[in-house]
Amino acid sequence: MTIDDLMLQRGEWLQGTGPMSDVVISSRIRLARNLANYPFRNRAGESDLAEILRTVSEAALSCRSCKDATALDLDPADPLDRQVLVERHLISRQLADAPGPRGVVVTRGETLAVMINEEDHVRLQALRSGLQLTTLWGEINTLDDELAERVEFAFDGRLGYLTACPTNLGTGIRVSVMLHLPALKLTNEIVRVARAAEELRLAIRGLYGEGTDAVGDFYQISNQTTLGKSEEEIIEEFGESIIPRVVEYERAARQALIEKRPVQLDDRIWRAFGNLRTARIISSEETLLHLSHLRLGIATGRFPKMDVKELNDLIMPTQPAHLQKRTGRTMSGEERGALRAAFLRERLHHLN
Amino acid sequence: MAIPCQACEKNSACVHLTDIRPSGEAVERHLCESCAMKEGVAVKPHTMSATVLEEFIKQGLGLKSLAERVCPQCGASFKDFHEQGLLGCPYDYTAFADLLKPIIEKAQEGAARHTGKTPGPSDENARRQATLSRLQRSLKQAVEAEQYETAARLRDEIRTLEER
Repeated sequence: MTIDDLMLQRGEWLQGTGPMSDVVISSRIRLARNLANYPFRNRAGESDLAEILRTVSEAALSCRSCKDATALDLDPADPLDRQVLVERHLISRQLADAPGPRGVVVTRGETLAVMINEEDHVRLQALRSGLQLTTLWGEINTLDDELAERVEFAFDGRLGYLTACPTNLGTGIRVSVMLHLPALKLTNEIVRVARAAEELRLAIRGLYGEGTDAVGDFYQISNQTTLGKSEEEIIEEFGESIIPRVVEYERAARQALIEKRPVQLDDRIWRAFGNLRTARIISSEETLLHLSHLRLGIATGRFPKMDVKELNDLIMPTQPAHLQKRTGRTMSGEERGALRAAFLRERLHHLN
Repeated sequence: MAIPCQACEKNSACVHLTDIRPSGEAVERHLCESCAMKEGVAVKPHTMSATVLEEFIKQGLGLKSLAERVCPQCGASFKDFHEQGLLGCPYDYTAFADLLKPIIEKAQEGAARHTGKTPGPSDENARRQATLSRLQRSLKQAVEAEQYETAARLRDEIRTLEER
């Protein structure tokens, strides 16, 4: 499997399926692990990193969980290919940009990924669309067990899994749920969600995680505490209590918009449609902003021209790296903007 | 009526201890806060945060030697961690244990102990957990029955199992 093969797929986080998919875009669980007999990544030499990359890649490829997986060596890879993987949520920006031997093992369905030599030696990731934390935990827990039979992880009976940064110590688990919250944003109720999240010691971030702003009303909520609770407790709290409440809140805000401000709501939706099908130059941020409003239109039944899958199929191809990869060369921002607008017009012109 | 401190015989005691001697004999002791601190049985709440530490380092006030402590395994100093936010190797958690403790507690909502999964076959872990809770129940019973010799033995057994 190559990057080109991946480009032919929809991308797991954009399947548009799974529980609560009217609001929940995707769920992700990540586990941080380190090999016991090496310095952490930031203090490891080039030869250590190369050895870790080889050891973990081979170990991962021999796991049953990874039977259809491919190992991608990222250091010699084209920067554009690395960016494609970031846009597909298969690797972090940090892994894409950091120097030195590093890589990722990705399954064909893009649901499991093993990042090697990111901040920690190993970062396992399980990803699925919709709210599917229990399924993800089953998958990533199995992969983690399989890996632990092949390599020795740094572990302490008292502190748990030892990580390069003490903020990941213990379980090493990061549970993240990507939510589409346009109605809470429009009504400014999002401020209250952010405040509540802060009180619950949760982080709210944008589409691409750490250090990114929320673009197009897509928000990522994740846990920050990794020690003192078991993985199951953290997941249950997320999947049974926190996320369903935010989902209910967003649904109520959507209902309120339909009942109290239907004209304003329709105005947003149809202007978004108008912009997307007439623009001659458009950035990826502006595209996401309009697509977010169209998605709200689909979810509230006020924009019947498309379904969520058709809408999602406009997101990945308009991302900068995917756009360039498909054209086969790197382009300036302006050139990309024109190409993106042309792509959107072509996909939307038949809808009247 | 307040019990006077057994060490200074001036202040009233606020720390009450039951020491278990190697012979198994239980001895009660009553100390005031400052005598207890002198003897190392009580400590002031740890309030050293990362920013306070930074100040100390900048001013070079006595803590210089702490910041320059080096991990014998990877050669990283505690100052390196402080500057980069990342540790050098798994052994740093042992080498800098006392310095990391308040930082971990701050980052982890006061938690200091892992209760999640452990690597390796899960039945072994389950067995260990079962043994632990059995020992803890016995310890509680022994203390309630004032069987201090048994309690001391159980406590050591629990500690050994927990360290593993």
